[in-house]
Amino acid sequence: MIAFRNSMRDLGRYPSAVAGIVLIVVFIVVSIYAMVAVPYSEAIRLWRADEGVWYKNPISAPPAWTNLFRDQKLPESMAFDSRDESVPKTVMDIGKGLQETVITYTFDYSFDSFPKEMALYFKSAYSQKQPYVSALWITPDGREIRVMDASAGSSSTYYFSQDSKLERRLGGIKPAEGLFLPPESDSHVAQRGEYQLRLTILTFEPDSAIDAEFVLYGQVHGWAGTDHLRRDLSVALLWGMPVALAFGLLAALGTTALTMIISAVGTWFGGWLDELIQRFTEINLVLPFLPILIMVGTFYSRSIWVILGVTILLSIFSGQIKAYRAIFLQVKETPYIEAARSYGASQWRIIFRYLIPRIIPVLIPQLVTIIPTFVFLEASLAVLGLGDPVLPTWGKVIDDARVNGALFQGQYYWVLEPSVLLMLTGLAFAMLGFSLDRIFNPRLRGL
Amino acid sequence: MSFKVRQPAETLLSIRDLRVWYELRRFGFGHAGYVKAVDGVSFDLDEGETVAVVGESGCGKSSLMKTILALNVPTSGGLVFEGKNLADLKGNDLRDYRFGIGYVQQDPYGALPPFMTVRQILEEPLIISGVKDKIERLERIHKTMSEVKLHPVDDFLQKFPHMLSGGQQQRVVIARAMILDPKMIVADEPVSMLDASVRVEILKLLRALQEKHRLSVIYITHDLSTVKYFSARIFVMYAGSLVEKAETRRLLDNPLHPYTSALLAATSDPDARNADTFKEVPPGEPPSLVNPPKGCRFHPRCAKAITGLCDEKEPIDFEPEPGHFAACWLYQPE
Repeated sequence: MIAFRNSMRDLGRYPSAVAGIVLIVVFIVVSIYAMVAVPYSEAIRLWRADEGVWYKNPISAPPAWTNLFRDQKLPESMAFDSRDESVPKTVMDIGKGLQETVITYTFDYSFDSFPKEMALYFKSAYSQKQPYVSALWITPDGREIRVMDASAGSSSTYYFSQDSKLERRLGGIKPAEGLFLPPESDSHVAQRGEYQLRLTILTFEPDSAIDAEFVLYGQVHGWAGTDHLRRDLSVALLWGMPVALAFGLLAALGTTALTMIISAVGTWFGGWLDELIQRFTEINLVLPFLPILIMVGTFYSRSIWVILGVTILLSIFSGQIKAYRAIFLQVKETPYIEAARSYGASQWRIIFRYLIPRIIPVLIPQLVTIIPTFVFLEASLAVLGLGDPVLPTWGKVIDDARVNGALFQGQYYWVLEPSVLLMLTGLAFAMLGFSLDRIFNPRLRGL
Repeated sequence: MSFKVRQPAETLLSIRDLRVWYELRRFGFGHAGYVKAVDGVSFDLDEGETVAVVGESGCGKSSLMKTILALNVPTSGGLVFEGKNLADLKGNDLRDYRFGIGYVQQDPYGALPPFMTVRQILEEPLIISGVKDKIERLERIHKTMSEVKLHPVDDFLQKFPHMLSGGQQQRVVIARAMILDPKMIVADEPVSMLDASVRVEILKLLRALQEKHRLSVIYITHDLSTVKYFSARIFVMYAGSLVEKAETRRLLDNPLHPYTSALLAATSDPDARNADTFKEVPPGEPPSLVNPPKGCRFHPRCAKAITGLCDEKEPIDFEPEPGHFAACWLYQPE
């Protein structure tokens, strides 16, 4: 305990260690937040969902904060639902079973560029006759533009851009742009101010009802942007963190601990067991690691847990066994081991209480430094198309970006976001690991 | 009260014709002979008796000691401790055998695991011997540590070996050897790595413990000058066998075996008269233990060797004086 406290105090002296610890703590906090805010099943549901869930998001939109670096501000997505309290909705009986429903969406538009698209999603209940919708677009300077005149089915959608009549009315300009252009202006800049979209809906049956959702698809979205399936990347980036940390930590811990124990057992008992472990290690050293993983992924299972298990299995008999063996051979001959035997310590007690504690100082920095290796491995596998088919991971975001030509289309955010997170992970553990190495192996300090 | 009256000379350890040979291998499997580290050693050790085993480096002292500690398996010969034959002991009996013998090592720093505190170090034998109660363990640690004069005990409990001086480390080693209340202590050059100023204190401590607990002690050393502090008898070992056995006084005053004489002559005392003189040392080097010389193993270096006898036949133990044995043809009764 004292030794532990001392090493913690020593760590404080290395700025890189402090930075590494801060980063790792942030990662852990974010991971916990991700797991609490978006439970596992929910994350998977969101990540595997189609447009049914993500219909409100624009396709391949960069994150909203990119506006900070732009002169012309790109619009963010907005959505208004008449089922919400904030959207005024009035229903008036006008006799003969007819009802007039008025829904008014009011929003403040303070961007210079135009939305990608606008749409109205209707949900109506009727038995014979569909409700009839007429919509009026009111600009900040008071102009009123008729937008839509059509009946709305039980679940129908009206896309502004597909309304060719509206396009003609606007003088051949795409509706999503024309509705925001100031009158008689040459510049291609949207008018800022308060816009209104007023729906006047006639229902023809007494128990008929209607609700409508107005979605304005922006050009930027959220803090992480969206991908080609309208999915919010923040889900994958957030959930990628616990997945990456868990994979890295489990793989590093599993391999290091098992390598250490196997090496200690082999060295202590010696003889044929040691020979077997050594020969096995030598064979394993020449086996190609990645191709085996790819084969497992292709023919057996791409589950992250299977890949983790195979990774650990293949990494146990690594060169580290030889490195640890060299240390153990030395420790084995020390007088305190002889003393332990003389007072009757059992073989296993000697291995676990006398041999292994001796190399813990060498092991801890190594363990910390090796974590990012496995995080990167998981990402590499995902890029090779062998990522877990269910879980959202950073590697899969990169893979999606690559497959969909993100870089050719200038969607840098799509590649950079997961890459930066991967790099930060590597950096944090490397900085901590190198500092730990200096503390536990003071001879390196002078170098 | 049931006081068991002990016989003054109850034999604790009895060794008969003990041999420890290490097999030499060629290419990892072929047989290439034996290193005869211990070759035909016999002696008895009484309860409460102290003996010193003296000899050059490489004469087999350590192999003999490790065999007594059951760390080596003897090639042949018998070792009976407290009436039990070591060869018959297995599992728990072997552990009990080991609990009965304490081990004090040469290098006190190396003998203590550097990652354990003094308390953990002393607790280990207790845990292994099955003392489950934590408080009892602590009590015994306290008791033993005060016996070896590590005062105040509580200051030392949480210390790591590197925080202690050489003398203190050696006291911890002794405490560890004593903590299971052994019948016998095997001390392998316990003071050779200590400062001269601390040596006598450690030897006196061992002596005091020996007297208090009526311990048998096998004191292994190459330094004859420390022997007189301590042991009642001296065994002189040469090339794997004991060449002379006698009471300390008698052996130091009147060494019989030529090797003993040479060894005694070579022992330095800090004396101004010695500054300018060089000691007589036996010529040559200790023999190979793989192919020891035929006959008496000392004969190639012996000034008094009898040609035709010493280089032909191995001498047996002769007893020119009562209780004083020498394996040398010079003392062959007429």
